[in-house]
Amino acid sequence: MADKTVQLAHGAGGKLSCELMEEVILPAFSNAALDVLHDGARLTDLSGRLAFTTDSYVVQPRFFPGGNIGKLAVCGTVNDLAMTGAVPRYISCGLILEEGLPFAELREILQTMKRMAEETGISIVTGDTKVVEHGKADGIYINTAGIGELIEGRTIDPRSVKPGMKVLLSGTLGDHAATVLAGRHGLTLPEDIKTDCAPLAKMVQGILVAAPRTACLRDPTRGGVAAVLNEIAQSAQVGIRIEEDAIPVRPAVQGVCDMLGFDPLTLANEGKCIAFVPAEEAEAALAAMRESPYGKEACLLGETTAEAPGTVALETAIGGLRIVDMPLGAIVPRIC
Amino acid sequence: MTRAEERELASRLVSEIRRMAAEYGRPLRFMEVCGTHTVSIFRAGIRPMLPEGVSLVSGPGCPVCVTPDDYVDRAIAYAGRDDVILTTFGDMLKVPGSSSSLSEAKAAGADIRIVYSPMDSIAVAQANPEKKVVFLAVGFETTAPTAAATVLAAKQAGLRNLCMLSAHKLVPPALRALLRDPDVQVDGFLLPGHVSVVTGSEVFSFVAKEYRVPGVVTGFSAIQILRAICRLMQMKCEGEARIANEYESVVTAEGSPVALRTLGEVYEPADAAWRGIGVIPESGLRMREAYASYDIERAVPIDVPEGIPAAKKGCRCGEVLRGIIEPPSCPLFGKACVPTHAVGPCMVSVEGVCAAWHKYGQGRFSYGG
Repeated sequence: MADKTVQLAHGAGGKLSCELMEEVILPAFSNAALDVLHDGARLTDLSGRLAFTTDSYVVQPRFFPGGNIGKLAVCGTVNDLAMTGAVPRYISCGLILEEGLPFAELREILQTMKRMAEETGISIVTGDTKVVEHGKADGIYINTAGIGELIEGRTIDPRSVKPGMKVLLSGTLGDHAATVLAGRHGLTLPEDIKTDCAPLAKMVQGILVAAPRTACLRDPTRGGVAAVLNEIAQSAQVGIRIEEDAIPVRPAVQGVCDMLGFDPLTLANEGKCIAFVPAEEAEAALAAMRESPYGKEACLLGETTAEAPGTVALETAIGGLRIVDMPLGAIVPRIC
Repeated sequence: MTRAEERELASRLVSEIRRMAAEYGRPLRFMEVCGTHTVSIFRAGIRPMLPEGVSLVSGPGCPVCVTPDDYVDRAIAYAGRDDVILTTFGDMLKVPGSSSSLSEAKAAGADIRIVYSPMDSIAVAQANPEKKVVFLAVGFETTAPTAAATVLAAKQAGLRNLCMLSAHKLVPPALRALLRDPDVQVDGFLLPGHVSVVTGSEVFSFVAKEYRVPGVVTGFSAIQILRAICRLMQMKCEGEARIANEYESVVTAEGSPVALRTLGEVYEPADAAWRGIGVIPESGLRMREAYASYDIERAVPIDVPEGIPAAKKGCRCGEVLRGIIEPPSCPLFGKACVPTHAVGPCMVSVEGVCAAWHKYGQGRFSYGG
C-alpha cells in the first residue's frame, strides 16, 4: 500500500477510479455536499452578491519548504476571492495526475488542502480527476475554482483608488519565489526561509471591519508588487510613490535575488496582501493586518499621488528617484 | 554603514557636487563606460539627484550591445549546423541579428545551451565528442581571461572539438576612439571597476596625459559612484587631469598579472568592429596562430550573406553608444523598439542603456524632491 502509485485506469471511471475516490479523495475532503457523490454540488445556503474565481497550479517542484502544490491550490483561490472583498465559501478541486505519482504524495497534498480549507472555514465540494501517461505531466496539476459571498457595504475596486491614499503591505516580499527558486537551483536557504503561502480571508475580513472605506486589495502573486502597483496606477490613473527603505525583504531572500539577478519587487508572493486605504483609516488597517498571524510584519509601503498618474516611482535608499516598471513577463516560470 | 548613515553620506556628497558645480560655472558631462555602472546609476536614481549642469551619459560599456549584427548572424549560422552545439551566456539569446536571434534559432531546433562560465563548455565538449562545441566569447577584459583559460584547459585535456567564436573587446582603445571623435563631448570618465581589476588603472593614464580628461576608477554601489563624481568635480575645479583610483580595495595600478598572462598567451590585440561605431584599431582580441584551431572561424570557415544592419532600420545605437544622443532621441525608442521586441541590443541586454532608460524611467521627475 505504501508503494502504491497512480495508474492510467485511476482516471478512467471504472473500479480503480472508485478506489482512488474512496481510499484517497473522500477521506481527505469528506463533507455533506461532496459525500452525495452527485455530478455536481448543490449549494443551498448562499445568499446575496457572489464572487467566483478559478486558478490552475503547475508549480515545480511540487513540494517545497513550508508547503506544496495543494497548499497553493487552496490558498491561491481563497486569496483571489478575499481580494474581491468576499468571504470564501466553497471550492472545487480538479486534479490532473501523471501516471506513477505515489499515492503517499497525493495523500499528503490532499491532506494539506483539507487543512487549509478547514482553517479558512470552506468546503471542497466538487471535483474531477484525470490521469495522463507518464512523461505527459509533472506529477500533479491542480485546478481550483471558488465561490464566495461579497461582504455587504464594501466596494473593492481599483477605480476607487484616489490620490492621497496609503499603500499598505502585509509583510516581507519574495519569500515564496525565493523558496521555489532555491529548490530548483539547489541553493540552501536558512531554515526560516519558507513559502509565505497562506489563506488571507480572515485577515482581509479584519481589514474591511477596521477600514470600511478600503478602496482596493490585491495579492501580489506573479509579477509581484511591481505588477500590482503598475496595474492600479494605470487603472485608477493615480501616481504611486513608494520608499525603498520601507520594502521589507528578508536578508536571505535578498541574497537569492542578488545571486540570480532578480528584483524582490517583481517576485511572486502567495500569502501577502496590498491594501489601498484612505489616510485616516491606514493605522486601523495596519493594526488589523498585524492581528493576523500572516501579517505580523505589515508596513506602510507608500502613498498614491495626483502627480505622475499611471506611474510608480520609488525613492531609493540614498534619496534618488526612479520608476518601478511593469515586469516584462514571467521572469520565473511555474512559480504557482 | 546603516541605511540612515548611507543616506546622510549620499546627501552630503550631492551637496558637495552641487557646491562645486556652482563654483565651476559651466556644464559638465561625465561618461560611464561600464554596463554595471549604468544599471547601478539608474537603479539608485542618481541622475535626478545631480544638480543642473552636471550630467551623466552612458558610453559603450555593455559588451552585448557593442557586438555587431553580423556576429549574431554568424553565431546563428554555426548554430544551424547539425554538427555544432553552441554554448553562450544567457544574455546573448535575445540579441537581434540582422534577421533573427539565437532564441529564435533555438526554438527552431538549434542546439544552443546556456552556460554560466566558458569553462562549462568543456564538459559539454567532453560529453559530445562527435560535435563541435562553439562558445560565444563576448565580453571585455573582465571575461576574456576566462575564455583564454578555457582554451588552455581544452588544449591540456586534449580536447579537439571545443572552439570560440570570438568577439572580445578592449576598453582603452574604445576610450581613445571616443576622445578622438569630434561629435563626442566628455569632461571626465567613470572608469570600469571590474575591467580595471584585470587591466589595472595605469592603462587609462593616456586619457589624462594625452587628452587632459580626468577619470576615476570606481566600484558599483551608489555611494562609490557619487564619490567618484565628486572626485571628478574636484579635479575639474582644480584644473587637474589625473586618473584616480577610488576602488583601491581591488584595483591596483598594474592589474592582475595572472589574468593578463593567460590572456596574452592565447590572444593578441586586433582591429575590431563595434556595433554602431565601426572598426576601432587594436580594440579586439584575436587568437594567436598557435591556437588557431580553437578559433571556429579559422577551423570551420562559414559564409554568411550580408544582412540588413539595425542602423538601416532606423536604430540610432551608434550615437547612443557614444553618448551623443540619449535613448529617447532615437525615433524607435519605446515604440518600434521595446524590451519584448527590440531592434537593437541596447534594448535587450540587462546592461543596455536603452533598456535601463526604459525600465527605470528617465529621471528628472516633474515632482518630488
